[in-house]
Amino acid sequence: MTDAIHNPADELPIKVAARDVTVSYSGKQALHNVSIDIPDRSVTAFIGPSGCGKSTFLRCLNRMNDTIEGAKVGGSLTIDGQEINDKSIDPVVLRASVGMVFQKPNPFPKSIYDNVAYGPRIHGLALSRPELDEIVENALHKAGLWAEVSDRLAHPGTSLSGGQQQRLVIARAIAVNPEVILMDEPCSALDPIATARIEELIDELRENYCIIIVTHSMQQAARVSQQTAFFHMGNLVEYGPTEDIFTNPRDTRTQDYITGRFG
Amino acid sequence: MALSRTAHIVTAYGEELDQLADDLARMGGLVETQLEKAIAAVVRRDASVKPDIKAREAQVNALQVDVEKRVLRLFALRQPLATDLRMTISALKIATDLERVGDLAKNIAYRAGDLAGYAPVSLTQQVERLGAIVIKQLREVLDALSSADVEPAVRVWHSDDEVDERYNTLVREMLLSMTEDSGLVGPGVHILFVAKNLERIGDHATNIAEAVHFMVTASPLVEDGKS
Repeated sequence: MTDAIHNPADELPIKVAARDVTVSYSGKQALHNVSIDIPDRSVTAFIGPSGCGKSTFLRCLNRMNDTIEGAKVGGSLTIDGQEINDKSIDPVVLRASVGMVFQKPNPFPKSIYDNVAYGPRIHGLALSRPELDEIVENALHKAGLWAEVSDRLAHPGTSLSGGQQQRLVIARAIAVNPEVILMDEPCSALDPIATARIEELIDELRENYCIIIVTHSMQQAARVSQQTAFFHMGNLVEYGPTEDIFTNPRDTRTQDYITGRFG
Repeated sequence: MALSRTAHIVTAYGEELDQLADDLARMGGLVETQLEKAIAAVVRRDASVKPDIKAREAQVNALQVDVEKRVLRLFALRQPLATDLRMTISALKIATDLERVGDLAKNIAYRAGDLAGYAPVSLTQQVERLGAIVIKQLREVLDALSSADVEPAVRVWHSDDEVDERYNTLVREMLLSMTEDSGLVGPGVHILFVAKNLERIGDHATNIAEAVHFMVTASPLVEDGKS
């Protein structure tokens, strides 16, 4: 698949553009020539069976594959036109603008306040304590957590419930002004109520961010995303408006997967 | 993309969809027989079919309730997607149409009883011809459903014009006959109702054709395809 894949959300500007991205781990190819245009200010879902390459591709977007020994990434990957695998790009700075939320909430063993303040501090985003307070409060507001934690900011982040911890981690990502937020199965460890809160949050966040979510829940992908990409065996099989993918997929592999017919 | 023939990983899910299709097939078979018997009864002016038709109608109604239960269950438990989603939603619509066809067939059978009180009139031949077309439509669209085949569905959809035309002609001729011979008004009114019911059954066959088309192709049957 060498041609760029058509951007299904024509009216939105392209945030992330991949061209022939390949990844191999110790010589074993995990991703084959993925080309995709991902629009800004919308939610794009990556779906596919385990080992299909969706998380591998997600990890390319903030260069997390750099940390894996034997991993080789090829092709071109740009965010706002800037090649992110360029030697001049500092992965630490890149990871501030491409935030990541994992399957299991992973707050630092610090206070709620410090969890959110950590990023702004190391990136020097605040010059004074009041300024830092404001960043923390703002991030917690945006993550929909402020009302629940404003009176106990000094409590450890790990004292919160699973769903609250996940929103704390999202607040931590938001605090450093990211451009793109990657979410790798953000709700798979949460109960339905906490899941609904995160989905509501994702819907609010998409006004300002480019959000990419990996999920194993077809219904979640259908609910939260505007575009859906289906990966299978390291290939991007189908990419299009979410509604089309879930009502009338073009490729038999997509259809078999989303209807639960995969062998 | 056409309906998938690959089996589901969860066997029970596939079975539930199969049962839904079976229910529809049984409903279709019942209403088809009901309609055939009802039209034959009108032609013979035979009141004796009433209990049989009524019994079948009860079966059809029970099946419709069954289809609704199955569809609810599928949505709640399986959250069907793509072809399964289209099949499930189409089944719900088709069951509603088939139930209506059964109801209309029953009405026709009742009119046969009313006609038994009159002397034979040649006007029933018109109704017989219209009935033959509508039965053919129903049979074809049920075949299209069971084979998930779009082509016969589209054919049925187009043939609805013919039904409407024949119906309008029949009404005109009936009015003329009744104007000329007021003795025909009694049986004529019953025959007009039979014709109206047949025309409505044709409409339901068209609805089913649309549902089958959507189920198979994911796109609606639209007017510009109509000549």
